[in-house]
Formats: sequence, structure tokens, C-alpha cells
Amino acid sequence: MSQNTHPIQIHDMTIAYHKKPVLWDVDLDVPEGQLVGIIGPNGAGKSTMIKAIMDLVPKASGWVKIYGKDYGEMRKIIGYVPQRESVDWDFPISALDVVLMGRYGHIGWMRRPGKEDRCIARESLDKVGMGDFAERQISQLSGGQQQRVFLARALAQDARIYMMDEPFAGVDAATERAIIDILVTLREQGKTILVVHHDLQTVTEYFNWVIMLNMRVVASGLTREVFTDENLQKTYGGRLTVLSQAAQAMAEQRRGDR
Amino acid sequence: MLENALRFMTLADANVRFVLLGSLLIGATGGLLGSFAVLRRRSLVGDALAHAALPGVALAYLWTGSKALPVLLAGATVSGVLGVLLMQFIINFTRIKADAAIGIVLSVFFGIGIVLLTHIQRTGSGNQSGLDKFLFGQAASLVEDDLKVMSVLAGLIILVLVLFFKEFKALIFDPSFLQSLGYSTRWIDVLLMGLIALTVMVGLQAVGVVLIAAMLITPAVAARFWTEQLNKMVLLAAAFGGASGIVGTFVSSLAPRIPTGPVMVLVATFFFVVSALLAPKRGVLARGLRRQHNARREAQQHFLRACIELQEKLAQQRAWAMEELAIEMGHSPDKVKRIGRQLEKTGLVLRQDGRFSLTEAGLEEGLFVVKSHRLWEHYLYYRTILDADHVDRPADEVEHLLTPEIIVRLEEILARERGIDTEQIINLHGTGSQYRRGGRE
Repeated sequence: MSQNTHPIQIHDMTIAYHKKPVLWDVDLDVPEGQLVGIIGPNGAGKSTMIKAIMDLVPKASGWVKIYGKDYGEMRKIIGYVPQRESVDWDFPISALDVVLMGRYGHIGWMRRPGKEDRCIARESLDKVGMGDFAERQISQLSGGQQQRVFLARALAQDARIYMMDEPFAGVDAATERAIIDILVTLREQGKTILVVHHDLQTVTEYFNWVIMLNMRVVASGLTREVFTDENLQKTYGGRLTVLSQAAQAMAEQRRGDR
Repeated sequence: MLENALRFMTLADANVRFVLLGSLLIGATGGLLGSFAVLRRRSLVGDALAHAALPGVALAYLWTGSKALPVLLAGATVSGVLGVLLMQFIINFTRIKADAAIGIVLSVFFGIGIVLLTHIQRTGSGNQSGLDKFLFGQAASLVEDDLKVMSVLAGLIILVLVLFFKEFKALIFDPSFLQSLGYSTRWIDVLLMGLIALTVMVGLQAVGVVLIAAMLITPAVAARFWTEQLNKMVLLAAAFGGASGIVGTFVSSLAPRIPTGPVMVLVATFFFVVSALLAPKRGVLARGLRRQHNARREAQQHFLRACIELQEKLAQQRAWAMEELAIEMGHSPDKVKRIGRQLEKTGLVLRQDGRFSLTEAGLEEGLFVVKSHRLWEHYLYYRTILDADHVDRPADEVEHLLTPEIIVRLEEILARERGIDTEQIINLHGTGSQYRRGGRE
């Protein structure tokens, strides 16, 4: 691995949902050991971007490299925290069972989690302060506790790069503090963390690197350098009417509506 | 009838043993796979698959002239899977939504199946062929060869389920996470659908295409009421399904011409109704009792608050008539009396000469309730979440839910941001409370 190989390199990536482009021509290099905030208005393509990095949504064009290699080869070093609302929390499963899923990538097809996996899962729950809730059914947890369980699952993946989709959405202040402490610890261990984030007030406090997104990358770099009023204005101010109208027209044409 | 029952109970007849084992297999596999189908919200896909299997049965017979179960089931599988694929095609390539697509495939295939069956019957060989049993099921028609086929299929289903339990669980709970780990969710999904299809085939002859989906759905839904663990749910659903199979077959054996499928489904429905009503946590009864308990507690806390607030207004007085409390609480005197009696039993209130007064314990709890109520009002008001005259209603509802930890937080916030001395929020010395209630008075 050469020294200048970044954990995440994105080149000329365009993503379309139902033929409608939601992210245009993304070019990005994320350096190692950064705590990265991905910010932008609703529909800017924040979640889409991290899903595209993990090959969860098809790319219309472009490529992503993880430490210079394809995602398929490197997925064991990537941990993922999806949006909390993306799953059914009434599913009959305990907190520990959810965290154990973080081990599935290491366990492989058809095999069961072993003693070591259980041990790692319990440690991960302890790290997020949920050790006493291991056997609790997930619907009996509060929103903040559910989010911690998701974080514990990612910790159990024992990854080098973490992708987190709005881990602070709808959590209590104590959970937010606990999560950010863990993220800082991870960064100090040299891990790279990408966090989709909504709260602009905490960006400078939480993240040392920021990606500002609105259907394209408006700015990416050290927070103190790129998190400026001008870039915020470009990201949030003025809807990108031309871009979104063009996208809509493209979608209609390709679907055969016009 | 008694004869039939005896014949059944003693298992003397080999045929009875086959029938019994067959219906046990159907019920158990239905429950096992049904749990996954229901949690994955695919139960109606199972129904479409079953209905779509009917023309396959008829065509297989017309084509080969054989009525051997493997032949008919092969035909059923082909047309069932074809139906599901067509459904997927409709969903993916038109703007028709899943429910309508299921409806279209289900009715069209079933219609074709009925036409073909009628045709076979007209040509005279229909009754001998016994194909009509695939409509509503006839467990009594199971013979040893059928059972061999069913056992092999059931064994296969259980084996695959045990091997891929972990993958299925993760697929249903969080597919995108599973995919991010490098598992092919598409492949796992196809495997699960395949197992559901096989399960339908196992039950086709004995339960019939019309009702087999109920053997997938009902035991699973019943089992969900009793447990919060997937493995327990799956086993319990299998037990419910198996029991439905056995009891259903027994009942339908008591008299001639009772089709097995509907009876099995009715037994499963009985399990469902009992579960829905009586299950300890999720059951309707348990939930109703909890609601009632909460409502009662809420009413009692209002009573205590009314006592405290009257005491603030009239510091000399320590006991109140039912009517006074009724006005303060805005309830009828009868209701006030009923709540007062409940509180008397728990030792929070004393009743003398028709007047109510608070005991020491009652005073303590009452003060806590009043404090919660007022802190919450202040909080909503100062955070300008609500206008002053709208504050009281939400506070009425929320005060019962505030825990001591939340109260402490509220006190901190109000003291820090508004300089409110929360010790002064209640004044029982008749000098008037610092607290002013918003708008209502």
C-alpha cells in the first residue's frame, strides 16, 4: 500500500435513483484518521454518497477505491451504522443479537457466532454504555439506546473506516455526548469516520474535516478552512433549481414519460 | 362418528398414521417458514404463489395423464414460481404497486386453474383424477408415497432453514447492513422465497391452494404474541401449526366430506384468537388492563392535585366536601367519590363525615404531582412552545409521566434560565402561591 493511498477515493461518481440523478460528478479524497462530517440540505445526496461508497446503490458512472482497492476486497475493514429509521425496531431480537450481526462479516456463510464473537459483542455494548441491556428486546429501548446499539454493532465489526448515517438524529443529549466521545476515540486510534450530519451548530466542534454536499460536492477539506459562510451559502442557499430541473427532465425522458 | 374417532385415536389404521404425520408436517413447516414470511411482509406473496400453482397442477395432469404427487407438484411449482416472477415483473416495469400486482396474478392464475379443472371434470376423468382436492385439500387422500415426497421436502426445508437461520434473520432485520458485509441479499432472498414456495407445495394436497397461505400466516402471527425472540417465535409457530394440523385432520375425519384445509385453518385461527386476547404482554387483554391501570392512576393524581390546590386557596381548611373537589377537578361528584374511595383504600386519603382529607403519604405524593405539573407548564410556557392559556391541557397529560430525573432537569433549567425558585412553586400557607396558572381562571 503506497503512502499516498487514501482510505476513500471517489472519482467522477454519478448516482441516479430511478434514472433521476441525485449526485453528480463526485470527486473526493478523504485522508486517513479524519472525523468527517457530511453536511447538506435534505435531498442533497448525503446518505446516497455513503451507500454508494459501500456499493449499496448502483453507480451510473465513476468509481470508488478503498485504500486503492475495490470495495469488495476491503469490506471487512468498513463498519456501517445505517439510519435508525431504516429498520423495524419491533423485530423479535435482543440488543446483543443485533450487535452480533456486526460479526457476520467475519463469521461467513452458514456458520454461527462463536464464543469470541459473543465476547466482542458484549464488549462493544459495554463501550456504548449498554452492557446492562444486552438481553433486552430492541423495541423496549429508547431512541438513544437503539442508536447506541447500532453504534455497538459497528464497533463489533472492528473496522478501520466507519460510515455513519445520521447517528445523532433524534437522540438525547447524553447519547449524543457518548457517541461523540466514541468517535473521537476511534479517530485517535487512526480510524477514518464519515458521519452524515444535520446540526450545523456542532460541525466545528465535532468534525475536523467536512464535506459540503448539494447534489454535487460544494466543498471538501479541513473544517477550519472550508466551513465558511460563503460555502454554506452555496450549499444551503438558493435551491439548485437548474440542476434539479435537469435531473427531473432526464428521469422523465428515460422512463418514457415524455 | 364415534367409530371414526376411535379409528383415529388408536392409530391402528396405517392410513390414519400417514394422514396424521402429513398434517403435522404441513402445519409445522408452515409455521416455521410462515414466521419468516410474515416478518418479511411476504405473506401475501405466499398466497399468490399458492393460487398460481393451480393451473400447474391441472396442466401437469393433462400433459402427462399421471396423478402422482411429484408430477403434480412439479407442475404446481413451475406455475407458482412463474406467477411470482410475473408479479415482480409487473411491479418493476409498470407503475402498478405490489398489492395490485399480487391481486392480478392471484386471480388470473386461479381463474385459469379453475377453467382447466372444469375442463378435466367435463371430460369425465376429473373425479377419478381427484384433482379437485387441490382446491380445499383432502388430507384423507394422502397415501404412503405422498408422505414420502412430503417428508423429503419438509426435511430439506428444515435443513436449509437451520443452515441459513443467521442470514435470514439479518436479511429481514437489516438487509442493507447485511449487504454491506458482502452477503448477497438477493441470493438469500431468492433462497427464502424458494423455501416458502416449497412449504406451499408440501401443503398443497392436504390443505389446498385457497387456504394454504393461512397455514403460513396464522400460526406465525399467533406465535409473535408470546415471545420477543425469533428462534422461540419460529419454534412456537411450528408447534401451533403442527397442532392445528393434527386437530384439524382429526375433526375432519369425524364426518365424511369435511375438507381438511378449512378445518385446519379454523383451528389455527383459534390459536390466533386465544393468543391475541390472552398473551401476557402483547395481548389485547393485558394491554387493556395496563391502559385501565394508567387511567386510574391519572385520575387519582388529579384528585390529589385538587386537594393541594384547594389547600393553597383556603389554607385553614384541611378537609373538603365531594362537591368542592368536583368543581375543582371539573368532574361529576359521583366520579370524585369513586376516585376518593380508591385512594382511601391505598391509604392516601381519609374520609370523615363525607369530607376528604390527605394523609401524610397522600400529601407527599400530591405535592410531587403538583410540582411536576407546574414545572412542566413553566417549561412549555418559557420555551414558548405554547401560549399561556394552552399550557394546562398538555401539563395535565404529561405530569403523570415525568420521572424524578426529568423533574430535577426541569428544576435546573427553570432555575438557571428563568431564575425561578422551584421551592416556592407551591405555597400551602394561605399567603398565595408565587405561581400563577395560565389563562384558565
